[in-house]
Amino acid sequence: MILLVDLCYEKGSLSQYEFVHPIARALQSAGAAWKIEHYTEVEEQELESYSHAVLCGTALQDHAYMDRIDCFAWIKSFRGPLLGICAGMQVIGSVFGGKLVPFASIGLQKIEILRETSLLGKPGQIEVYHLHSLGVTLPEEFILLAGSLERPGAFKLIGGPVYGIIFHPDVRCRWILERFAGLQKEDKPLGSAASQNQSHYK
Amino acid sequence: MAVLLGVLFSGGKDSVFACYRAMEKNAVGCLISLFSENEDSYMFHTPNIGFASIQSEAMGIPLLSWPTRGEKEEELADLRSAILAAKEEFGLQGIVTGAIESVYQAVRVQRICRDLELWCFNPLWQVDQLEHLRLILAEGFQVLISGVFAYPFDASWLGAGLDEGKVQQLAELQKRYRISPAGEGGELETFVQDGPIFNKRIEIVRALKAYDSYRGRFMIQEARLVDK
Repeated sequence: MILLVDLCYEKGSLSQYEFVHPIARALQSAGAAWKIEHYTEVEEQELESYSHAVLCGTALQDHAYMDRIDCFAWIKSFRGPLLGICAGMQVIGSVFGGKLVPFASIGLQKIEILRETSLLGKPGQIEVYHLHSLGVTLPEEFILLAGSLERPGAFKLIGGPVYGIIFHPDVRCRWILERFAGLQKEDKPLGSAASQNQSHYK
Repeated sequence: MAVLLGVLFSGGKDSVFACYRAMEKNAVGCLISLFSENEDSYMFHTPNIGFASIQSEAMGIPLLSWPTRGEKEEELADLRSAILAAKEEFGLQGIVTGAIESVYQAVRVQRICRDLELWCFNPLWQVDQLEHLRLILAEGFQVLISGVFAYPFDASWLGAGLDEGKVQQLAELQKRYRISPAGEGGELETFVQDGPIFNKRIEIVRALKAYDSYRGRFMIQEARLVDK
């Protein structure tokens, strides 16, 4: 069962139709079961029952989730594959020590995937859909998969299946969601291993 | 957080259903319709747009009508002006569209909303189109087909009501010809006569049909409101 975390301004909002339901439909098409929880209602004791988690995006004008970063502390201990989409990426980045930065983009754009991963596949160009006014800098324990260190388009936790993508895969590149549904748990790294990898990848 | 919204309104099933979604937990301050002189307007649906006023009256929601010459890219300036006028007149905090897959439309409205500091909601975004049509029917909307603009639609579609039979036909057309069942590619247009957010039903008194080579219109000439 995949946990879909609704980051919209309130539970059952009008934005949920736009930013959460399409993710649910894409995962369902990939054969995955899912459950939607608003980020203010995620309970740590229930997380063991989820194999994966997705932090969904929200409306361009919605930044309420950033005032409640305390609600996302569970991310670091979640054992399964975790994907942050747009606002979700910003949350992951913030929890792991990155900083929010202005990063505005609306529309289709080609981006370069820099490294092969199970989620995004081999290096190469893909066309993605952007809808954001903010981004997050690359946290220490993460490697860059697309974009720049100051404005990553995609990143991954070194040695662990935690991904952030600034773009919306339900609009273009739905295969990313299908791949995510198929990811398995990996062991999360201890601090020293992450630091050693960082200089190589940066 | 209830938001006061304006709905970009063509009178077709998608903008009406988007309005329905908007009204679930928010207030809709007005409908915003652009009247295009260009029959092949790039962004704005044109058949029967003149009857948006009767739909507005049926729904009890004010209508702001704005003219446009319907020329590509100039339409955007007109749309921005209309949204700004609606924001100022009605005190809107956000805009709602019935966009389903059109990145072209969505991007442009998102940019306008960002520039005017308005929320932007697209509650039909990426819906499964056949499920969407069935949901419209299940929720009690009465929809007639007011325009067809692609092969292999024939004249029998004009003025026909959307029902399960038509949805099944659209499913077949999607498989065989890649027709967009919701018609967002411009293949078909609709007009909504009734629904759960209508206080009165719209009865078509008189209409004209014009059809030639897989393009046709059901043009309402006269309509009236009747009690439900």
